[in-house]
Amino acid sequence: MSPTLSKLMLAIASALPALAIAQSNDTTPAQQEIPPMDHASHAGHDAKAAADKTSHADHAAMAGMDHSQHAANAEPASQNAAAPAMNHSEHTAPAKAAAETHDHAAMSGMDHSQHSANAQPSAQNAAAPAMDHSQHAAPAKASAEMSDHAAMPGMDHGSMAPMQGGNAPPGARSPDYSDGIGYGPMTGMDMADNAPHAMLLIDQLEAFHGNAANGQSWEVEGWYGNDVNKLWLRSEGERSGGRLEEGNLEAFWNRNVATFWSTQLGMRRDFGEGPARTWAAFGMQGLAPYWFELEATAYLGQSGHSALRLRAEYELLFTQRLILQPEVEVNFYGKKDPELGIGSGLSDAQFGLRLRYEIRREFAPYVGVQWTKRFGDSAEFARADGHSAFDRQIVAGFRIWY
Amino acid sequence: MTSIFIPPRPDLARRRFVQGLALGAAGAGLGWPRASLRAETPASAQPGILTGTDFALDIAETQVNFTGRTRPATTVNGGVPAPILRWREGTTVTLRVTNRMRTSTSIHWHGIILPADMDGVPGISFAGIDAGTTFTYRFPVRQSGTYWYHAHTRFQEQTGLYGAIVIDPAGNDRVHSDREHVVLLSDWTDDDPERIYARLKKQSNYYNFAQPTVGDFLRDARRSGLGNALAERKMWNEMRMNPTDLADVSGHTYTYLMNGTAPAGNWTGLFRRGERVRLRFVNGSSSTIFDVRIPGLKMTVVAADGQYVEPVTIDEFRIAAAETYDVIVEPQDDRAYTLFAQSIDRSGFARGTLAPQAGMQAEVPALDPRPWLSMGDMMGAMSMGGGHDMGGMDHAAMGHASMQHDGMAGMQHDMSAAKSAAPAPRVHHARTEYGPTVDMRVDTPRTNLDDPGIGLRGNGRRVLTYADLHTPGGAIDARAPGREIELHLTGNMERFIWSFDGLKFSDAAPVHFRYGERVRIVLVNDTMMTHPIHLHGMWSDLENPDGEFQVRKHTIIVQPAQRITYSVTADALGRWAYHCHLLYHMEAGMFREVVVS
Repeated sequence: MSPTLSKLMLAIASALPALAIAQSNDTTPAQQEIPPMDHASHAGHDAKAAADKTSHADHAAMAGMDHSQHAANAEPASQNAAAPAMNHSEHTAPAKAAAETHDHAAMSGMDHSQHSANAQPSAQNAAAPAMDHSQHAAPAKASAEMSDHAAMPGMDHGSMAPMQGGNAPPGARSPDYSDGIGYGPMTGMDMADNAPHAMLLIDQLEAFHGNAANGQSWEVEGWYGNDVNKLWLRSEGERSGGRLEEGNLEAFWNRNVATFWSTQLGMRRDFGEGPARTWAAFGMQGLAPYWFELEATAYLGQSGHSALRLRAEYELLFTQRLILQPEVEVNFYGKKDPELGIGSGLSDAQFGLRLRYEIRREFAPYVGVQWTKRFGDSAEFARADGHSAFDRQIVAGFRIWY
Repeated sequence: MTSIFIPPRPDLARRRFVQGLALGAAGAGLGWPRASLRAETPASAQPGILTGTDFALDIAETQVNFTGRTRPATTVNGGVPAPILRWREGTTVTLRVTNRMRTSTSIHWHGIILPADMDGVPGISFAGIDAGTTFTYRFPVRQSGTYWYHAHTRFQEQTGLYGAIVIDPAGNDRVHSDREHVVLLSDWTDDDPERIYARLKKQSNYYNFAQPTVGDFLRDARRSGLGNALAERKMWNEMRMNPTDLADVSGHTYTYLMNGTAPAGNWTGLFRRGERVRLRFVNGSSSTIFDVRIPGLKMTVVAADGQYVEPVTIDEFRIAAAETYDVIVEPQDDRAYTLFAQSIDRSGFARGTLAPQAGMQAEVPALDPRPWLSMGDMMGAMSMGGGHDMGGMDHAAMGHASMQHDGMAGMQHDMSAAKSAAPAPRVHHARTEYGPTVDMRVDTPRTNLDDPGIGLRGNGRRVLTYADLHTPGGAIDARAPGREIELHLTGNMERFIWSFDGLKFSDAAPVHFRYGERVRIVLVNDTMMTHPIHLHGMWSDLENPDGEFQVRKHTIIVQPAQRITYSVTADALGRWAYHCHLLYHMEAGMFREVVVS
């Protein structure tokens, strides 16, 4: 396992639960002391301001999620404690008192309050499939502060902290005007506000034509659930020469932890040529400022295998129906896996451009081009196999959802 | 159908069911060309007028055709809209509502002051009207004016269960008119609204076909420079908000109706030159805010939400879902005038005609250009430059002020309306506003009522604002409010979650009003959409920015980044619904139960 990569994965492992906590609407006392953003520097330049506040741990994770925006300037997060709070009036309340005003009981379904991020989890700890926040030991307050905070700017860097995200300031108003009066016994209420929905998105169902190979590939996801919790399925793969080359299926518990972000926790099963692998998977997905759809998933398999997949997507509207979708995907592996032709470290990267026309929102044919490059040992394996390390493919297919 | 010419006439009490009379009147009045619609249009035909004190209303699923496709609708006595109910103040009305469908239903009498168990909200006032059963509503009529009724069950309002209520005053009407027409605006879709809602949950901009494009950007860059074009988009993009997010559901699926008639059908109301014609506008839409005007005619607004207001003469008014306005027009020429009601997102319009005789029509104006939300719609008073007390701000706020000046470079034109002399009031965000359900919070909302709203500012016409509305005689209850309840209108547009204070109905406790108290509601709109907020059972006495009584209403628009206040006298014991009247927002959770005890 390359040292850099293992550090990176550790960083993500530590950052993910922190992200979840930092952005959930429940807050620990430690979090409340921390202003959501350093406004003084914010006025200057967002990306840099955000980067300034990014701690080492988080920075590593974020570099993967959005490498374009982060300078490698990491200062201790605790510096932010000095920054002015966004609440213009009430942030003088002592943190302890503020904590007491919090009505944890009212936060149905959102109870992360007991949990803190472990600032230095072992890889195993972070990867534990349960990943149940309630089972995390609460480490020192200081470390919780660090990692919570580290996670914050990474998620909402560049956004207007006072208007979005952040944590409730001490003394924030209670939303409860019930005077203890509950609902009556009347039946018949049928609000749709917590109803589950289901979606199937066949994002790519395409034929590709490249120098190295021709074939078909798919990229599909589906979910079922309500606003907070969803069962999330993902699958991708490709056929070539009438044979299934590679494919995988992932299943996650997807939890909406922030306005634009959710955590994912689950399993991945690979199939296709070579030995099948099974992975524990955990990640984040969401919408970053400037409308970038991001997805970062870390995988831990048997025999010390580990992997990291990062994806970013954007949509450029030429018209209301003609949409260009650039997509980039990068894969890292912690350990060489010769049976699957995978080297350690940065293994491969893909960049695709797909131009679709939405005949209906749900149905859009597209054409596109995709560049794939393998790196390091993965490239060597490919060449040894008679393939090129680089391929450009013309693709055509359909995007369909329901 | 509803080209109703209704001369004052004696109370027709004890007539159980008077549809025939109404139908006769309607049939004679109109000659509305149905040619553009197919023949099988039973539902849009003849809602008719029912008058008296005893009514039988049959709710059924009926096939209708507004667009060329035959679709199921939820109808009352076979029609969309439902019949106009004409009551008289001082009587007691009995309404036997029979559910002839397979699913549960309900009728809510919107804006009517009545006992809680007659209010018609399933789960709050009663258990709903089960399939095959009859529920009898009976209550005294203690008010007069223009109101409406609609289903309060799932999306049955969207599928057609809505109709107008006209209540004649016990004494003389303050408003003299020679003739009157109900003008009921609504939005019809051939789609199943359950699917519309599901689509919004999956892709909230599904119905928005006016999103910023590369072409828009290039055009702006050419016109005002690359820097300005970038600056104008900077904050929207950073915040993942869409400046074209004006309506959740648009003309992409909606056919906008006037009295149940599509624009091509050209509903026509008759007049004689020189008459004073009273138009009773009702917005019975599920999700549409309309901007209404009659090119060539001034309108004098004489009532809002059924309640008299001091007359004010205007060219145009915005009417949100569930609001009603009575206006007087006095056409002096023997010509046709177009009643034009364009949707707030300019994706379509409802249209009809006022004419001396059937078959005439006037020019139909083009839709106004689709506006983009301005920085003022996102940031409230902060974006207005002067008039704001900068002394109270820390440098955090200052930082943003400087940012937003960048952002404003390209949009100065939209700022003129958003000015306020009053110091920005302090807002109190609830601690539940910092979670996944909320995509923005406004720290410095504006409070002025003299802003006609997005898309109507500076359009060269005299547009009604809430600052123009004054209830004669002031508030019924002149007490000062004893306390304040602050609620923030919140949402997550990306995920289509709507709430108060970041809490959806399912996650929230009821709001308690102490019986007999006078309480002030403070609403701060922490979203970029315009929300009509409706409190059942009690009047909402809208106040000006200084907290003084302005106008009595049942449904109050809160504009983006606006703070408004109104006082309520908690004189109606029981449990009541309180919600945004955009149906999809309500169903998504922007709803509270209010308990008066």
